[in-house]
Amino acid sequence: MHQQIPHESAALHVTGEALYIDDLSSSPSLLVGRVVSSPHAHARIASYDLTKAMKAPGVVAVLCAKDIPGHNQMGPVVKDEPCLASGEVSFVGQAVFLIAAKTDAQCRAAEKLIDVSYEPLHPILTIDEAVASNNLLGPARTMQRGDADTALRSVAHVIKGELRTGAAEHWYLESQASLSVPGEGDEMAVYCGSQHPSETQTLVAEVLGVRKKDVVVEVRRIGGAFGGKETQGNHVACWSALLAHATGCPVKVRLFRDDDMIMTGKRHRFLTRYEAGFDNEGILQAVKIELNSDAGAATDLSFAIMERAMFHCDNAYFVPHMHVVARVWKTNLPSNTAFRGFGGPQGMAAMESIIDRVARFLHKDTSEIRHKNFYGLNSNNTTHYGQTVEENRLPRLFDELMESSEYYSRRVTVQAYNAANEFTKKGLALTPVKFGISFTTTFLNQAGALVSIYNDGTVLVNHGGIEMGQGLHTKMQQIAAAELGISIDRVRVNATNTSKVPNTSATAASSGTDMNGAAVKNAIETLKLRIAECVAGMFNEKNPSLKTSKDDIRFESDVIFDSKHSERKIDFAEAMAQMVLRQVSLSSTGYFRTPGIGWDREKGVGTPFRYFAFGMAVSEVLVDTLTGATTLLRTDILHDAGDSINPAIDIGQIEGGYVQGVGWCTTEEIKWDDAGNLMTHSPDTYKIPTARDIPADFRVKLLENATNPNAIHGSKTVAEPPLMLGLSTWLAIKDAVSAVANHQIEPEFSLPATNEVILLSIDNLRGQMKARASKQVSA
Amino acid sequence: MKNVLIKTTINGKQVELDVRPNMTLLDFLRDEMGLTGTKRGCEVGECGACTVLLNGQAVNSCLILVPQIDGQEILTVEGLAQGEKLHPLQESFLDHDAVHCGFCTPGMLISAKALLDHTPDPSEEETRVAISGNLCRCSGYQQIVDAIRETKHVGES
Repeated sequence: MHQQIPHESAALHVTGEALYIDDLSSSPSLLVGRVVSSPHAHARIASYDLTKAMKAPGVVAVLCAKDIPGHNQMGPVVKDEPCLASGEVSFVGQAVFLIAAKTDAQCRAAEKLIDVSYEPLHPILTIDEAVASNNLLGPARTMQRGDADTALRSVAHVIKGELRTGAAEHWYLESQASLSVPGEGDEMAVYCGSQHPSETQTLVAEVLGVRKKDVVVEVRRIGGAFGGKETQGNHVACWSALLAHATGCPVKVRLFRDDDMIMTGKRHRFLTRYEAGFDNEGILQAVKIELNSDAGAATDLSFAIMERAMFHCDNAYFVPHMHVVARVWKTNLPSNTAFRGFGGPQGMAAMESIIDRVARFLHKDTSEIRHKNFYGLNSNNTTHYGQTVEENRLPRLFDELMESSEYYSRRVTVQAYNAANEFTKKGLALTPVKFGISFTTTFLNQAGALVSIYNDGTVLVNHGGIEMGQGLHTKMQQIAAAELGISIDRVRVNATNTSKVPNTSATAASSGTDMNGAAVKNAIETLKLRIAECVAGMFNEKNPSLKTSKDDIRFESDVIFDSKHSERKIDFAEAMAQMVLRQVSLSSTGYFRTPGIGWDREKGVGTPFRYFAFGMAVSEVLVDTLTGATTLLRTDILHDAGDSINPAIDIGQIEGGYVQGVGWCTTEEIKWDDAGNLMTHSPDTYKIPTARDIPADFRVKLLENATNPNAIHGSKTVAEPPLMLGLSTWLAIKDAVSAVANHQIEPEFSLPATNEVILLSIDNLRGQMKARASKQVSA
Repeated sequence: MKNVLIKTTINGKQVELDVRPNMTLLDFLRDEMGLTGTKRGCEVGECGACTVLLNGQAVNSCLILVPQIDGQEILTVEGLAQGEKLHPLQESFLDHDAVHCGFCTPGMLISAKALLDHTPDPSEEETRVAISGNLCRCSGYQQIVDAIRETKHVGES
């Protein structure tokens, strides 16, 4: 425990043996499935004829909505997402028909023979258009404390503004894929890349019109997900299951990268408006925030995502009077979905933008204003929704990071550089993250496990979480080995399978290790009790004069022993063989529900989170003011991972999360054309960070002595929070841009800060400087 | 379309196959040879998940047509280890936790091998450049760069 061991599948990964969906070959009768999707953002399906396509060589089935035996619905929360469009299409890339054939080439040939005509309807493609036509997906929600309106009337200074944050594509390396294998009767086995196999099971059963007992969903591993497979892994599973059901053959559907990018949802675009009041010291007194998100064509998780944005638009700062209003808008784009941070980044970007502007308004260092507004340790430590910020690490992180990053001396160097250089400017920024850990839909905070010990002393762990690269299975393996006091090579973590652990929650909300780890521990505690009782009996049988109680039994170093009489011991494997001979059950389920949380959704008040995760970053950038090109010079991150279960995994996740955040904040720009076609539908037009885009000097550390009392073994999740540290890079770029006008004019800025945004902002600053200069001359 | 007879060496083994000439090397490796370690990432030569060595040079196998490998030598991730003994790069990836979801790993290893074969002691910058055609969405690259740079030279203990 608390040490670096390689990822549980690492040896398979480096040899190419690790299997993903596309690597599975089930039988010679395997068919390839293809999804035929809408070319229109909004249209009525006027007519279609599938007969020619059905007769094409190699084709076994061509399906439309009418062929769905069960419900034509796969919305995860609200049933507003048809599995196959019927009557109308509501975004480009919406599935309309399915084809199964022997080969992919045959599928593509058959697709051309589908005769379908659409009557185009008017699409809504932006938040602004949705607002103009009042195309709300649901009622507005508010969350508030105090009286922001009144407070704003009496504060020393008020700033108002608007911030647009962009969509982003998950760009998991393994595109969406599913293999469905029909069995006897209603049986259907689905091997897919879902972050939420229990929900996939539910939807496959509903679409097929069968019951859940007949559907098994198994996920061995996922080649990256980041939220993009929390609900939208369900679609491809349903499509492959429908084709498998119709043909009686195993069917694999794997989306070609561009199709995946076109068909699946992204991070929600946000349009945020704010008004912030503060005193002469830069202390926030009142903030009003209006959040608007682009949900796309269906509900998906949009309300939960907006809820998290509402919970996180304070980020790390105490605001006595706060008013948040949130509206989720419907557009004719693929339904936007979960993406690491889940609305948190969008909410935080607004608050970080506010704080940055307050500092620039007062001509103070941005880090100073941040520090002044942090939640306090003993006072000013309640969020706008009434949860106390306990175990607040912000002051510690700030002090340690300011020193280790040499912030002050570098600030001086940056200023000197900018004074001496006209065409390149440097920028420096520190940003914090405070992120609430738990599903805000409280009942989802539960997990299950099934642990089996075999009579050779090896252990198979099943749990409800998904391994998608974050190292969850490795941590489960570590926890199981530590609890049983055995070496790690005795423990294997099984593929996640709905027939082993039922009714699970998604591996999401950064809760995978906390919850599944606790469930695994719970299962092992049950087993250890049974084993201890039996082993104590065995010891006492041998020598009845000494009494070993089950409470004295310890499990350490592959041995089970009596802590009071250490000569009484038995090798773990030998003991397990004895357990079977002595009729002791070596299999147990485990369960965990997160304690101490709950909140009133109507009032927007309570304790939605078990604890908060904290981190902080300082980034320095160099901006070429003639091209808008940005270079990341250095980033220092100090992150609170509690007593890390596996520091190497956690550091990797922090680095990866931060770099993903940098992508969202800089180069990852999603564009749709006027007809709703995704223009950035390929890696040649959509740019995620490469190895050349990471900070030239990249220093990542875990906060030491930071035991978390609220999660397993004192650890703290890493998962989502580091993504939001990417905001330090975004604001460092703004700092460099601001230097063009010697920090005298507030730059226009949006997210992502692409070269284009940077150049336009600089151009605007230069224009304003010119206007000021000519005004001074004329005066 | 007429099939063509291809003679090639894959991971040290002579291979002769009668295949469609418009088949990509990627599909050939995965579907004909069963070498699924080479991954389908984007199929347009941008992500590097399908990187293999063609006569010692790193290429995107999704952009190579099978006739182009006739008489040539291919190395895939499956050919890196010598039996049970991992290649030093593979060992180093394990030691540095440079494997997250694993999907980019085979391509990364191959690009890294191409680098180390001609630059045994690469700089940070050379290493980043060498893998800049291999996308990774999990790790933020630093552990991968460190793993490559700290790979023990063959024979070094």
